[in-house]
Amino acid sequence: MDNVRTKQARDGWNWLWAWANPVKFMALSGKALPWVIGLTILTLAVGLIWGFFFTPEAVNFGSSVKIIYVHVPSAMMAINIWVMMLVASLIWLIRRHHVSALAAKAAALVGVVMTIIALLTGAIWGEPMWGTYWAWDPRLTSFLVLFLFYLGYMALWAAIEDPDTAADLTSVLAIVGSVFALLSRYAVNFWNQGLHQGASLSLDKEENVSDVYWQPLVICLTGFVLLFIALLLVRTRTEVRKRRIHALEMRERMSDA
Amino acid sequence: MIALLIRDLRLSVRAGGGFGLGLAFFLIVTVLVPFGVGPEAEILGRIAPGILWVGALLACLLSLDRIFQLDFEDGSLDLLATAPLPMEGAVVMKAVAHWLVTGLPLTLAAPVFGGLMSMPAGGAWWMFVTLLIGTPALSMIGAFGAALTVGLKRGGLLLSLLVLPLYVPTLIFGAEAAARGIGGFDASTPLLMVAGITAGSIALLPFAAAAALRINLR
Repeated sequence: MDNVRTKQARDGWNWLWAWANPVKFMALSGKALPWVIGLTILTLAVGLIWGFFFTPEAVNFGSSVKIIYVHVPSAMMAINIWVMMLVASLIWLIRRHHVSALAAKAAALVGVVMTIIALLTGAIWGEPMWGTYWAWDPRLTSFLVLFLFYLGYMALWAAIEDPDTAADLTSVLAIVGSVFALLSRYAVNFWNQGLHQGASLSLDKEENVSDVYWQPLVICLTGFVLLFIALLLVRTRTEVRKRRIHALEMRERMSDA
Repeated sequence: MIALLIRDLRLSVRAGGGFGLGLAFFLIVTVLVPFGVGPEAEILGRIAPGILWVGALLACLLSLDRIFQLDFEDGSLDLLATAPLPMEGAVVMKAVAHWLVTGLPLTLAAPVFGGLMSMPAGGAWWMFVTLLIGTPALSMIGAFGAALTVGLKRGGLLLSLLVLPLYVPTLIFGAEAAARGIGGFDASTPLLMVAGITAGSIALLPFAAAAALRINLR
């Protein structure tokens, strides 16, 4: 009885797990990729051009406000990519789908670049607005910590030779790291408020931004999500191909021996 | 479990390195900081809790790779894996042993070294309390990091890179609790947070560390 039910439940999700088959994944992603890339270019072009050239300059900020069209989406993606890596790691640990582990690996570099973009654009914006490139503001600090987590994750992938061991260990690290990254976020909040009462530098952007800025921003956010999907597909396909080349080489070596 | 603990303690005391080295490193850090910052008692007193916490953390980091590496190399880790004792229990005992030879001496030494940093009166007590509560978390998190990197030939630097971000919350709350306590403010919130991190780490991280060890021994 119980078995039947779990089997049915599993069957209901089969359309999703079919993606986990590397062959099917390669076929599907190969077909989808041009469309995703095209859509990415389209939305990013519309969003960025609209944001940069066709929005009024804000009273207090001048034209520097337009950096939010890069800053906010990259910051959002930096966090979301880590969450995606966590989910992919869980799927790998539970269901042992190789594509999932490879996707987590492929996402890490995109995530780290997004974190760097968010930090850099923030610094560029902060210099004229706050008078400093860097302040130990809670948001800035937690992004720096997130950057360190990405570095550790990628270093662990690079250090281990056996791909399955590497996938397992990095998945465990991603889970534990997520807990501590969340903890760091609150710790950092606590730490700075405790020291500099009321000296908060961060803007609550969603509340302050008016519709004129909001609409192109939403398009830019969509564009960045698409950009991530496109890059993720390309990089995961590369990883799958690398794995295949490795397998072929191993077979060659075996037949030689 | 007790036998394993006693064995690890004996090894670390007799083989040298673990016990004295971390403490000496901690002393050197505490001595070097005034050279860099200047001898003004006012500045030193203000940064003392932070420096002592960072120093203790780094000293703890130094000996982490010894937790599993030697046992992995001579094969006793394989024996532990096949022993009736669950891997999680072995991990906890390893972390406890590490704490007894590193964390506890650091905790006892910190109040004394605080005198070098011209810490205000009452500071010694607060350093002792916060480190006593916080260092077990450092050992446990470190054991997890060591379990991840145990199979690697040159894992030391990678281990630091993995473990240091994980140390961030413990350091923040620990140093904050010490600073508040010394400054005469209410330190109960950060103190409770450190205690929570320690308790949570000891409860949950052995499972993650044991999983990592099993993967590495496969």
